[in-house]
Amino acid sequence: MNQAKPFNVIGRAHERRDGLGHVTGTTVYVDDVSFPRMCHLKMVRNPLVHARIRGIDFSEAEKVPGFVTALTARDVPKNVYTILCLIGVEPDDEPVLAEDRVRYRGEQIAAVVAETEAAATEAAAKVRLDLEELPHVLDVEEALAPGAPVVTHWGTNHFVYEGHHCRRVRYGDAEAARERAEHVVSGRYQLSPIEHAPVETTGCVAKPEADGRVTIYTNTQAIYFSLDNTALILGVPPHQLHFVGGTVGGGFGGKVDVIVEPIAALAAMRTGRPVKYMYTRPEEMQVSSTRSAARIYIRDGVTADGTIVSREVTTFHDAGAYSRHTPYGCTKHAANAAGPYTIPNVSVDVHCVYTNRQPSSAMRGFGVTEASFAVEMQMDRVARELGLDPWELRLRHAYRNGDERPYRKTTEDASLVEAIQAAATLAGIELSGELQAMTSDDGNGGER
Amino acid sequence: MTMRAVSFELNGEPVAALARPLDTLQSVLRQQLGMTGTKAGCRQGGCGSCTVRMDGEPVLACLVPVEHVEGHSVTTIEGLGSADALSPVQATFFERFAIQCGFCSPGMIMVATALLERNPDPSRAEITEALAGNVCRCTGIAPIVDAIEAAASRIREKEGAEA
Amino acid sequence: MTLLRGRGMAAVNYPTGMNLGGDPSQALVHATTTGAFVITLSSVDLGQGLKTVLAQIGAETLGVPFDTVRVDTADSDTGPHCMGTFASRATHRAGNAIIRAAEEARNEMLEVAAEELEAAPEDLETDGEGDIVVVGSPDKRISVTDVALAAHFKQGRTISGRGLYMKPKSDLDPETGAMDPDSTEAHACTVAEVEVDTETGQVRVLSLKSAYEIGKALNPALVEGQITGGAWMGMSHALYETTAPYYPALDHSPGDFNNYLMPGAAELPEIESTMLEMASANGPFGAKGVGEMTANSPIPAIANAVTDAIGVQITELPITPEKVLRALEEVAA
Repeated sequence: MNQAKPFNVIGRAHERRDGLGHVTGTTVYVDDVSFPRMCHLKMVRNPLVHARIRGIDFSEAEKVPGFVTALTARDVPKNVYTILCLIGVEPDDEPVLAEDRVRYRGEQIAAVVAETEAAATEAAAKVRLDLEELPHVLDVEEALAPGAPVVTHWGTNHFVYEGHHCRRVRYGDAEAARERAEHVVSGRYQLSPIEHAPVETTGCVAKPEADGRVTIYTNTQAIYFSLDNTALILGVPPHQLHFVGGTVGGGFGGKVDVIVEPIAALAAMRTGRPVKYMYTRPEEMQVSSTRSAARIYIRDGVTADGTIVSREVTTFHDAGAYSRHTPYGCTKHAANAAGPYTIPNVSVDVHCVYTNRQPSSAMRGFGVTEASFAVEMQMDRVARELGLDPWELRLRHAYRNGDERPYRKTTEDASLVEAIQAAATLAGIELSGELQAMTSDDGNGGER
Repeated sequence: MTMRAVSFELNGEPVAALARPLDTLQSVLRQQLGMTGTKAGCRQGGCGSCTVRMDGEPVLACLVPVEHVEGHSVTTIEGLGSADALSPVQATFFERFAIQCGFCSPGMIMVATALLERNPDPSRAEITEALAGNVCRCTGIAPIVDAIEAAASRIREKEGAEA
Repeated sequence: MTLLRGRGMAAVNYPTGMNLGGDPSQALVHATTTGAFVITLSSVDLGQGLKTVLAQIGAETLGVPFDTVRVDTADSDTGPHCMGTFASRATHRAGNAIIRAAEEARNEMLEVAAEELEAAPEDLETDGEGDIVVVGSPDKRISVTDVALAAHFKQGRTISGRGLYMKPKSDLDPETGAMDPDSTEAHACTVAEVEVDTETGQVRVLSLKSAYEIGKALNPALVEGQITGGAWMGMSHALYETTAPYYPALDHSPGDFNNYLMPGAAELPEIESTMLEMASANGPFGAKGVGEMTANSPIPAIANAVTDAIGVQITELPITPEKVLRALEEVAA
């Protein structure tokens, strides 16, 4: 490779390849796709919070002009979302269509297919549900307390991480170090669940082909991931499905749940007609997955000279009623929970907790946003309580190349020191000579 | 419900659509008239991605019953310009990266175009006010405001040159 | 009414790639008969500009003009596997796969050119403008177009390549959490200035000044897009957004954009940023993933700035006027 030559193409602000389509309104998004004889799918959803399903009555729905068919759990060949097992995490816990129970307000119970969107909406509204309300739990710490209503099918309200009730990081001896330290600084930090709220809602069009295959036009963020999951649910070989996409009106992690493709494809296979399933805006806001709310407790042991010698982090991630990607996100959070700092004693416990709310899943910053928020508020708290300069506190503790992280990986591409220095310069903040002279290669951060 | 024909002018051409009472202009444009550049982000008047112009005024097509456009003129993004003949607003959005996913872009461009026709030299505050009904989730909005300022100045220069 | 000013900072890291790895991406590259190139992928552009930056990576590696490289993506019948666009992984994984595929194609292209020019492949270089030249003899040259024609119709060979990039899946130790959670780390630091209205509790973000260390800015305008968009989303996250205004209760959960609050154009702060490039050892041309980090550093910076303004930490997001007023009451008491 021509390493010594200057770059010709990279490093330049080339105009977007899709830019002309965007400004002329000619870029094709999933909802712009239509086929002859296409019908529409609307989902019948749980109006309560936690309930047992005693019966579903379609008799009034079937009378709506334009009604084509309805699908329930019985119609789904393998009625379980498998997004986690495809990335090596088990168990799978969420049905495509609810079987005997619903666990959050908005959970999908039955799919109604009709000639027009209006007919499908009307028919779905006329499906009568016989539900027996069950007690529910919404607070993460209450959900873990004895006697709480059980959300999951395996009987605990937490994900089991190889026999543990939480994902753990143990490095050094945080408790002992804290007991030796002159100061203890504690904080509790809470993030709210938030919606991806892309301007384009989640959706797809499934079209049966003459050769028996099904083509699915989708705004998924992950073509093969969605294809593989859909194939497992439909019980067909993956090569029988053809996924087409790549143009997404905003993702932010909200279009990786594979939530619309399997049922739309099933409806297409059953009816022999193209089927469109687009989330409405209220569904996107109140049903589609969110970022997890996270409650994070941090307790730091700090010496008299302002060195953080221990950090204990306990996080409760609110997975909502089903796992989606949250068990994976908790592991990612655990790696980042102590922050980009070298602290010789670290203990992290991350609980993936189930509650009866809309499931949370991946969202921009997944697991790390929560860690960054809590850690940076905590660093300021340490600075305030001990009368330390917040810039100096960060720079002294920032990890350097060669430092071992609490998850026992040696740092190779540290650049936090330089980023902090550059931000100070940009903001017109003068750092002392000692702080200006620090680099990520000086081997001098924190206690090592 | 019976259908009726609604006749109006679309992007300078006479058209007729078949509509049931209270069918929205948005659904008729997208599903009957092939104008899919007008988007359906919420269908509740909350995002602005369906903005079109009715007799020059920006309106939310999802809130306009199509029978209200009988005899009026409607312009959509398709009537504004094409890849080889972009309007000034389309051009500055493209050149200045005021686009990412592109879903809000047609609505933003329609609002901006209407603004600059009525107010050729808007202040930044006037631009932000005009955009108050349009949601963008990707760009952080500032590049859109910048592109509109640049388009305003480009239009004024061009008109100055032609005068 | 008093307006209290505050300043706060936050420093963050962001890992590139799926935690624990095992997330491959593949690319295929081939020349058309007239010397344009097609990069075939299954990677998805969410709006961040992936299709553009991946074409840049391909063009740079091949040594041909940007305009002659097309990206054909997201059709499972034609594109090789890609895990998907998330975890700030796409440019890193797909970019590295493209470099491998493009290097193979480039070598084939140079071999064909060498035969046409009667030179050795190692004596040739691409000029980046559509020609292949013998080093030191600028008159001995051939266009990429002619090379492609010669390959396909005279020499009877293809100009193509394939590539896959994967960080192998690793396990973690369930007792200690020992793991390898990333391919590389990017870093950021944001300084926020806010103004708090003590009568209404409203927080106005006046400025966000940030430094982003991102390895390599492959397309500076697209990186800026992530910085500006991320700053806005971070501000929104810190002060406005929630699906559960009275979390953990389900009450008043917003169903539309009118009730799901996000800042509009009138709430924009001054956003200034600087990019640092400290090349990653394994990123394409040293690039690190940037799309998620840009929304993370503004959030605690704003929260810390509010603390500076009012004298007490509000540790629960979003920092709404209601929470600010309650905190001010606490401080007064």
